[in-house]
Amino acid sequence: MFGIARTIWDIFLHGFRRRVTRQYPEQPAYLPPRWRGRIILSRDPDGGERCVACYLCAIACPVDCIALQATEDSTGRRYPEFFRINFSRCIFCGYCEEACPTYAIQLTPDFEMSEYRRPNLVYEKEDLLIAGPGKYPGYNFWRVAGVSIGGKDKGEAENEAPPADLHQLLP
Amino acid sequence: MNALAFYLAAVIAVAATLLAIAGKNAVQSLLYLAVSLLAVSIIFFGYGAPFIAALEVIIYAGSIIVLFIFVVMMLNLGRRAAQAEEQLLPPHIWIGPAILAALLAVEMIYLASMAAPAAAPAQAAVSPRAVGLALYGPYLLGVELSSMLLLAALVGAYHLGWRRQAFPEVKDGESSSSAAPGGDSLRAGGRRSAGAA
Amino acid sequence: MISPHPIFSLVGILLVVLGIASGLIWLERRLLALWQDRYGPNRVGPFGLLQVLADMIKIFAKEDWVPPFATSKVIFVLAPAVIILTVLMSFTVIPVAPGIVISDLNIGLLFFLAMSSLGVYSIVLAGWASNNKYSLLGGLRAAAQMLSYEVFMGLSLMGVVLLAGTFRLSGIVAAQRRLWFVVPQFLGFLLFLIAGLAETRRLPFDLPEAESELVAGFHSEYSGMKFGMFFVGEYIGITLISAMIAILFFGGWRGPLLPPLVWFLLKVFVFLGFFILMRASLPRPRFDQLMAWAWKLMLPLALGNLLVTGAVVLAMHG
Repeated sequence: MFGIARTIWDIFLHGFRRRVTRQYPEQPAYLPPRWRGRIILSRDPDGGERCVACYLCAIACPVDCIALQATEDSTGRRYPEFFRINFSRCIFCGYCEEACPTYAIQLTPDFEMSEYRRPNLVYEKEDLLIAGPGKYPGYNFWRVAGVSIGGKDKGEAENEAPPADLHQLLP
Repeated sequence: MNALAFYLAAVIAVAATLLAIAGKNAVQSLLYLAVSLLAVSIIFFGYGAPFIAALEVIIYAGSIIVLFIFVVMMLNLGRRAAQAEEQLLPPHIWIGPAILAALLAVEMIYLASMAAPAAAPAQAAVSPRAVGLALYGPYLLGVELSSMLLLAALVGAYHLGWRRQAFPEVKDGESSSSAAPGGDSLRAGGRRSAGAA
Repeated sequence: MISPHPIFSLVGILLVVLGIASGLIWLERRLLALWQDRYGPNRVGPFGLLQVLADMIKIFAKEDWVPPFATSKVIFVLAPAVIILTVLMSFTVIPVAPGIVISDLNIGLLFFLAMSSLGVYSIVLAGWASNNKYSLLGGLRAAAQMLSYEVFMGLSLMGVVLLAGTFRLSGIVAAQRRLWFVVPQFLGFLLFLIAGLAETRRLPFDLPEAESELVAGFHSEYSGMKFGMFFVGEYIGITLISAMIAILFFGGWRGPLLPPLVWFLLKVFVFLGFFILMRASLPRPRFDQLMAWAWKLMLPLALGNLLVTGAVVLAMHG
């Protein structure tokens, strides 16, 4: 009986405690930089698309929410003709980001993407593509990997170091 | 009393009672019975006996009929029970008593209408205080007798509900040593078998 | 004070009671949140006050579904009305302030008990008509629980009746001119409080609807406004019990300085808050514990209280 009265009194005293609720839209939630939120497609520091349409993200995706179609421009450079992510299926696992060889696809600390209509959750390439390089400023895949152009293979052009030998452990 | 209210309540009471008897579904019959009790309570109230009216509702409509409904719900009567109920009272069984009872009713109505209208009964409301004074004054013996009767009923019900053993597989001698722990000791049977051993 | 015509009292009390009952939905959620270190509904309108309105629109827009497998569709539909009806009927005998009462019956207290005992029908029939195991179990629990707690609810009030010498609620308030009955009848007050909680099926005693075991119990099959009527009926019920506690044990409208009506509402709201506090703090007992308390603890206590009160009253007057 005393225990019951004590419980009631303790709970009553809770009325004077600080409330733990965060008033979300007014007090924005802190999201760490590695938060896996809305997916974007980033660009080189030069402004070119990073995506080479290798399909690795689409293969890695466990829920098959990524769809793209590769095509080539006049210089033979691959790029996605369309790139579509269905965010109503996406589980924000980040596997696409891990799979991407060019750091093109990245997850960002943003989750405020509610929609009233389900089709609005399907993001097209123009929705995904951002202007900047995202988490990897300065990184340019083609500068690191080298490009083979007509008549010259990788590392054979002037002012170009040979590419790293993948079968050797030396630096 | 407002004559209209009386007749309305009386008609409802009679009709509800008839439906309670004739109903096939036990719960619906009980509901009609409750309605009938409520109507009788209104008649009591109109005739200046509010205490009895309230008790009628509290005890009969509010408790006893609910207990009945409780039991009927536990029994889980289905369609077969309704069919059995239907076969229970074919017309050839009830028609005879009904005719005789109807004759008696006609006779009573006739006699009642023939009797000189007695002086209207005192319409002064009987307050709860008056009821209490009457019960514990001139009728004290009756109250005590009925309380004895209720006590006997209580003891009888207690005896019937007395489970000699909560757990049949346990012998009497063992049950005292292994007094049921925790919540089981709340059950009357377990404790009593322990005490009896 | 000029007493208004009963019709005005009736309309006024009805509106105020329904207003309080719907406001309670908001109050309960806010208070529960306060005691759980949360905020509760605070988005719709100032302090979230319009949440009630939003909920109401929602509940009216819901599909009003009558289960095709119901045992009796008529009873299924009527059951929610019964609870509202009985609880609102009880308010006819509540004296809110001197002269403001719909019908000051000389058996007011008994009328309240009668109406609260009729309220069981609503729950039991709702459970029965739903034709659903969980609902039926809820109905059975409600019948057993409310019958058991009614027994000592009435007895716990008889001490007050002995002291006041009347069943008339305004007479009981008048008898507390010098001393609130909570002092001589503290045990009766506690017993009535517990019985009141059990009668309104509030949280420590909400076994008929126990969400975690019975999936909302007797109102599992109810939706839309029919469910809403159970909901509002429960809130009117606790308003009624709070009003009864204020009248029987805390001197009704009596109090210094403020006008009687304000005092009455103040006391009612204190007890409403207390009911919500009980919900916030106490867990639900097991059903056998519930019944054991009622019959083995509360009933003897109520009888003993009645006996002692009777002896004291007899010694003082005789």
